Amino acid sequence: MSLFANTTVLLGKELRTEFRSRELLTTTIVFILIVLVLFSFTFDPLSDEARRFGAGLLWLAFLFAASLMLQPCFLREQPNDTLSALRLSVADPFAIFLAKLAANTLFLLLTELLLLPIFAVMYNVQVLPVLHWIVLVFFLGSLGVSIAGTALSAISAQARMRELLLPLLLLPLLTPILIASTEVTSALLDRSPYVPWKGVGFLVAFDVVFLTALWLFGEYLLEE
Amino acid sequence: MTSPPVCSTSIRLEDIDKRYGGLYALRRVSLEVAAGECIVLAGRNGSGKTTLLRIAARLVRPSSGKVSFSNVGSEQGGAKHISFVAHATMVYDDLTAEENLLLFARLLGIAQAMQRVEALLREVGLFDRRNSLVRTFSRGMRQRVAIARALLRAPGILLLDEPATGLDPQGAGWLADTLRRMRDAGCTIVMSLHGESEISALATRAIRLDAGAIVADTRSGADLRSILAFADA
Amino acid sequence: MWKRGFVGAAVLSLVAASAYASFFIAPTERTMGLIQRIFYFHAASAWAGMTAFSVCFVANLLYVWRRQPHWDSLGVSAAEVGLAFITIVLITGPIWAKPVWGIYWTWDARLTSTFVLWLLYISYLLLRTLIEEPDRRALLSALFGIFAFLDVPLVFGAIRWWRTQHPAPVIMGGPGSGLEPTMRAVFFFSVFALHALMAFLIVERYDLEKLRTELDIVRREAEAL
Repeated sequence: MSLFANTTVLLGKELRTEFRSRELLTTTIVFILIVLVLFSFTFDPLSDEARRFGAGLLWLAFLFAASLMLQPCFLREQPNDTLSALRLSVADPFAIFLAKLAANTLFLLLTELLLLPIFAVMYNVQVLPVLHWIVLVFFLGSLGVSIAGTALSAISAQARMRELLLPLLLLPLLTPILIASTEVTSALLDRSPYVPWKGVGFLVAFDVVFLTALWLFGEYLLEE
Repeated sequence: MTSPPVCSTSIRLEDIDKRYGGLYALRRVSLEVAAGECIVLAGRNGSGKTTLLRIAARLVRPSSGKVSFSNVGSEQGGAKHISFVAHATMVYDDLTAEENLLLFARLLGIAQAMQRVEALLREVGLFDRRNSLVRTFSRGMRQRVAIARALLRAPGILLLDEPATGLDPQGAGWLADTLRRMRDAGCTIVMSLHGESEISALATRAIRLDAGAIVADTRSGADLRSILAFADA
Repeated sequence: MWKRGFVGAAVLSLVAASAYASFFIAPTERTMGLIQRIFYFHAASAWAGMTAFSVCFVANLLYVWRRQPHWDSLGVSAAEVGLAFITIVLITGPIWAKPVWGIYWTWDARLTSTFVLWLLYISYLLLRTLIEEPDRRALLSALFGIFAFLDVPLVFGAIRWWRTQHPAPVIMGGPGSGLEPTMRAVFFFSVFALHALMAFLIVERYDLEKLRTELDIVRREAEAL
C-alpha cells in the first residue's frame, strides 16, 4: 500500500479514536483557557501593552498545552502493543508518523481556532481583518509543534518520567516556533500593514527541516 | 473458510545475538525453518522464545546476525507476508472488532476489505459482536480478534507467542483447528508454547531454548515429547 | 600513563599561555578597559563548545548508522565537555556585562541562544539518565541529539531576528570584528588553546565512559547469575 494510502487510513483511525471520546480536545482547550486567565492576573490585561504581550502568552499557552497533549501520542500504542501491529502492517513506517502528526496538527489547530475568539475578546484585539494570515501562522506553527512533538513523544514514551520528560525535551526545541509565531501574530494584531514573510519563512524552514529529519530517522524511533 | 496461502515462506536465522546491556537474550542462535514446517519452541520463561519470535517477525533488531526469508510458490510475485500473534492482543480497545480488522485490512491493501473482514469475523465466531468495542471482550474473544487480524492476509509464515494463554478449552480447540488448517494448507508456523497440548500435537518439529541458546532440536534427533515435557522445568 | 600526564601538562600550559597573553600581551581596549580581556576566554569557549557539540552530532549520526557503542561514548563525552564550555560562556558573559552595561543579563542575541543551546544539551544528558537499557539509551539519545543539533541554527537565527525586532545591548561585538592585529592573534591563540583543552577533556571523558560501560556490563552479568 502506498505511503499516502496508509497515512490516510491511519489518520482516519486517529481521528475516529479522538472524536469518539474527545478527551484530548476538551482537556487541551480547558487547559489553554486556564493558562490564559492565570496569565492575565500577572499584569494589567486592558493596558496597551497587554495587546503586545497577548500574542506571546497565547503561543506560550499553546506550547504548554501541546507538550501535554502530545504525550499520549505513542503512549496509547503501548498497552496492547498496537505499535507492533502497525509496524507489521505498513510498508513504510513513516506513514505512522505522518498520520499522527497530521492528526496532532489538526487537533492543535482546532483548539487554537476555537480559542481565538475568546482570546480576541479577553485582550481586545481585532482578528478579523488579518484572519487569513493568523490562520496561516497557526497552521504553520502547529505543524512545527506537531512534527517535533510527535518525534519526541516517540522518544519519551520509552523513558522514565515521561510526563515531565516530553515538555523538557520539546520546549527548548520549539524556541524558533515560539519566537516566529509570536512576532508574526503580535505584528498582525498591531494592525500595522504587515506582511509576515520573514516569520512565515522561518516557520516553513523549521517545518521542512524537522519533517525531513523525521522522514530520515523515523524508523529508528520505532525500533525495539 | 480461510483461503489457503499461495505462498509458503522459509526463514533463516544466522548467528543471531541479542544483547540487552551485557546480558544475552539470544546467543549465537542459528535456525533454518523450511517452508511449510510447523515448529514448536519450548523453554522456560526468559529462555529467549519471545525475543526469537520478535526478531523473526522483524520487530526487534538483532545485535548481530542475519535474518532472511525466501518464498516457495507464489501468486503475489514473491511478496512475503509475516503474521504475528503476540502475548498482547495488538488490537485497539477503543475500536470495535470490525473497525480494528478493517483498519489492518486497509493498511495491508486487501482488496474488498469489508467482505474479507466479515468472512473472518464469522469464522472466528465474533460476527455478532462485530460492533462492540474490543474493550468489552473477554480474554478469549480478544485472542480471536488477534488471530483474525493475523489471518487477514494469507500469511506465508505465522509466528505465535504463547497463543493459547487465557483461552478456555473450547477456545484452545478452535485455535488448534485453525492452525491445523493453516499447516495443512502449507503455511509455515513457528509457535512458542508451554507444555504439551492439542496445539503442540500439530508440530512437525520441536526446538528447546535455554538461556538464549538452542539446546535440543527434533531435527537433530532429540525426542519431541521430552522437549515439550521439560518446557517448564 | 605518563604520556597522558605529559599531554595534559602541555595542554594546561597552552591554556595558561593564552591566559597570560590575554592579560599581558593583548593591548587594552579603548572603551571598555580591563574587563574586555575576558572576551578572549569567553568567545574562544563558545567556539570550543560549538566544536564539541559538532563532534557530538557526528558521533550521534555514526551511532545510528553503525550501532557501535564507542560512538555513543564519544557522543556523551563531547556533549558533557561542550556543556562545560558553554557554561563558561554563560558565566563570563554576565561578568562582562555588569561593569559595561550595568546589568548582568541583557538578553543579548548570542548569549540567549547559547542559553537555549545549554538547555537542549542538558536535556540530552537528562534523557540519558532516564533510560536504563544501554542500547536503547544510546539510540534514543543519539536521535534526540540529532534533532537538537539541527535546531541550533534555527534557534540562533530566530533569536537574532527577535533581537532585531526588539534591540538590546549587544555584548562584546562579533569575534574578530574590529579587532586590532595583536588582539586578533591573541584571540586565535586562545581558540587554539581551548580547542586543545576540549580535545583532551573529550578523550579523558571517553576513556572514563568506556570503563564505566565495561563495569556496567560486568555488574549486570553478575546480577543475572
